[in-house]
Amino acid sequence: MKRIGVFVCHCGSNIANTVHCEKVAQVAKDFPGVVLSTDYKYMCSEPGQVMIQEAIREHNLDGYVVAACSPRMHEPTFRKCAARAGMNPYMVEQVNIREQCSWVHADKEKGTEKSIDLLRMGVAKVVKNEPLYSTTIPVTKRSLVIGGGIAGIQAALDIANAGYPVTLLDREHTIGGRMAQVDKTFPTLDCSACILTPKMVEAAQHPNIELMTYAEVEAVDGFVGNFDVTIRKKARYVDFDKCTGCGACTEKCPKKVPSEFEMELGVRKAIYTPFPQAVPNKPIIDANHCRYLLDGKCGICKKVCPTGAVDYEQKDELIMERFGAIVVATGFEQFDISAYEEYGAGKIPDVITGLHLERLMNASGPTAGKIKRPSDGKVPEKIVFVKCVGSRDEAKGRPYCSKACCMYVAKHATLLKEKMPNSKSYIFYMDVRTPGKNYEEFYARTQNEYDAQYIRGRVSKIFQVGDKLIVRGEDSLLGRPVEIEADLVVLAAGMDPRSDAKDLARTLGISYDQHGWFTEAHPKLQPVETHTAGIYLAGACQGPKDIPDSVAQASAAAVKAAGLLSKPELTSEAMTALCDEAICSGCGLCQSICPYKSIEIKSVNERYHGQMRQRRVSNVNQGLCQGCGACTVACPSGAMNLKGFTNDQILAEVDALCQR
Amino acid sequence: MGPIQLSMTVASSQDFRDRLKKEYGVDVSLCYQCGKCSAGCPAAFAMEHTVRQMLRMVQSGLVQESLSSYSIWSCAGCETCSTRCPRQVDPAKFMEALRIEAKKAGLVADKNADLFNDLFLNSVKDTGRLHEVGMIARFNILSGQLFKDAEHAPGLFTQGKLSILPHKIKNTEAMAKIFANVQKKRGGKS
Repeated sequence: MKRIGVFVCHCGSNIANTVHCEKVAQVAKDFPGVVLSTDYKYMCSEPGQVMIQEAIREHNLDGYVVAACSPRMHEPTFRKCAARAGMNPYMVEQVNIREQCSWVHADKEKGTEKSIDLLRMGVAKVVKNEPLYSTTIPVTKRSLVIGGGIAGIQAALDIANAGYPVTLLDREHTIGGRMAQVDKTFPTLDCSACILTPKMVEAAQHPNIELMTYAEVEAVDGFVGNFDVTIRKKARYVDFDKCTGCGACTEKCPKKVPSEFEMELGVRKAIYTPFPQAVPNKPIIDANHCRYLLDGKCGICKKVCPTGAVDYEQKDELIMERFGAIVVATGFEQFDISAYEEYGAGKIPDVITGLHLERLMNASGPTAGKIKRPSDGKVPEKIVFVKCVGSRDEAKGRPYCSKACCMYVAKHATLLKEKMPNSKSYIFYMDVRTPGKNYEEFYARTQNEYDAQYIRGRVSKIFQVGDKLIVRGEDSLLGRPVEIEADLVVLAAGMDPRSDAKDLARTLGISYDQHGWFTEAHPKLQPVETHTAGIYLAGACQGPKDIPDSVAQASAAAVKAAGLLSKPELTSEAMTALCDEAICSGCGLCQSICPYKSIEIKSVNERYHGQMRQRRVSNVNQGLCQGCGACTVACPSGAMNLKGFTNDQILAEVDALCQR
Repeated sequence: MGPIQLSMTVASSQDFRDRLKKEYGVDVSLCYQCGKCSAGCPAAFAMEHTVRQMLRMVQSGLVQESLSSYSIWSCAGCETCSTRCPRQVDPAKFMEALRIEAKKAGLVADKNADLFNDLFLNSVKDTGRLHEVGMIARFNILSGQLFKDAEHAPGLFTQGKLSILPHKIKNTEAMAKIFANVQKKRGGKS
């Protein structure tokens, strides 16, 4: 039998007021295995800890139980206390007689009784405790940033400036993301490209940053400190080592394709760079539209290329790299407005989205900054904005607020008035939300100085009459239906998660909410961490955000990543799951339920009736396991055990409770 | 009544809003429709449209309707709204502006209130003070309600609250000057 010590804490009067601590200690003396039982005013205090350590030596204790506050409060204290006296820290159990007893009960007799029961269970458990050991794992001092928008760029720059190598990965063939498409930024109205492109160039030229564009994450293995990431480098059909970016190929390419960057308001070639300031500024071939790659006819780009950089034979390339930390900054997609049939969205060419208007306003956009409506190129005079399209609409599955639309609509109305003093903007809103520095002031200026007409109400219908668009809604402040004859309608489309965000989440082993936004570990206190150690979130992939918020979160994620990389080594969790291979049936339930992707099914060879045979069993990766215990509950054969909370230990506690 | 053709009403009423701003110093675009004015208005119970609604109507270009509203004549001009307005729209001045504009446009909804105002001002203009008896007599005759409030007359007389002859201030010319100035500012007729 193990030699167990029991220490009952008064916690000043916190516990002692509702529990007879001396009596509890007295009763505990008779519990099986207990060789010492005592009480003290403050067990966590220095004298209390010294008392425990002396008792360990004097009575040669194998383990001890502290009846005190919540383990959340002082478990590390009492574990360290044991370690200092030469005892394995996992031979300590803490019984919570404060939060779960004295603080919630009034009757001292019953409180005492409950404390004794809780302590009896604790003693029964600690008898079954085994020493556990945590191991250390090395940290690969490199970071991967997935997504090269403003959040990804900022995170990469911050990590790189902290002195760690970063790989900045983007699936598009330039970094810059959504911000590159934006014309001006609120509330200062500085030109988006003017503040973004210097950062893009800085990222490309930073000695600690490796740019990996036109590449996607294929698979992620490993765990915090050592992620093995398989990256697919998509075929560009242009050898970047030879290409000088002269642009001759793009000029001569005969194939015109609607430009994604220009929201299909302009055209690009099949061999192209999306915009003039792209980084890297070298063209790639769009295999889905290239005549040569589709039919084998054409080949003009290869003929005109002065350096012979065009290579139709290029194939996708898979590479595997190891990273210590990962920052996910994959951003958002604009809500697809065609879900709003009542607005003619997707059918009427002059019903456009905010991003379309950004491109129409941009000096390097398809109209060279002149506002022309898509249908007939006419300059619009009356422009109607409809807010909350794809936001705050439960019928469309988007109950959330997209946060940036109120401000970008105010910005649009201001800029339109500046560009076209005779124009008039009508803005349908339900609420105007401008929480941000200088945001409300900007909104007020839009109304007072830029003559924007704000109308409270949701538009019910938009239809065409001649070359006008009739917008019907209600001014709910007047309480009357209103109608506007507009030349152009801009739907302030909200933010959607990336359509493949869930796939990436599964690849990375991070969680996401019902919409597909990646979930932070704690909504308030861990807003950039994920539930998976070593993976951090930045920007709109975690939820709708504007540029300042994205940049702030990116810097926060970078600090977390750099903090991790700065550690010489990591201590792994000692209380992890362990599979008893002898009784594991290899059903794989644990594998599917594990939130950390730490369980794999492996084959074992064993001798069975004189013959060798193969059997499938679960195997827990001790580095990945966070000790949540989900697998132990799911396991139908009881093969999974969480060290420190084994089935045996829990049953012993139940037995102790039943045998009182 | 079909939907309000907002693009037309707003555009065609820009002059009116500009005039309110220039001549009366009332910028209706400042109003963010919080309703604090109407919530504290002691005359709101008597209004068909509260001050906030009146401001909204002018923002939306419903000028005719706002000018022919009874509400502007129910306003007592106490300026509680103006004292409290967070955007410094000065709703009391806005209501006064609408009354003046309504008179100009011949859209006065409450003729008696208008008549009362005129007679009150005329009395002040002539004597520098209000001559109650003269004003009441004129008002009752012109509004066709000869014996309105007549039952209070004996009491008021015996208490010395009413006098048959008007009291004049010393410098009636100064008063005439004030009225002339105001009229000049408003471009002629008031």
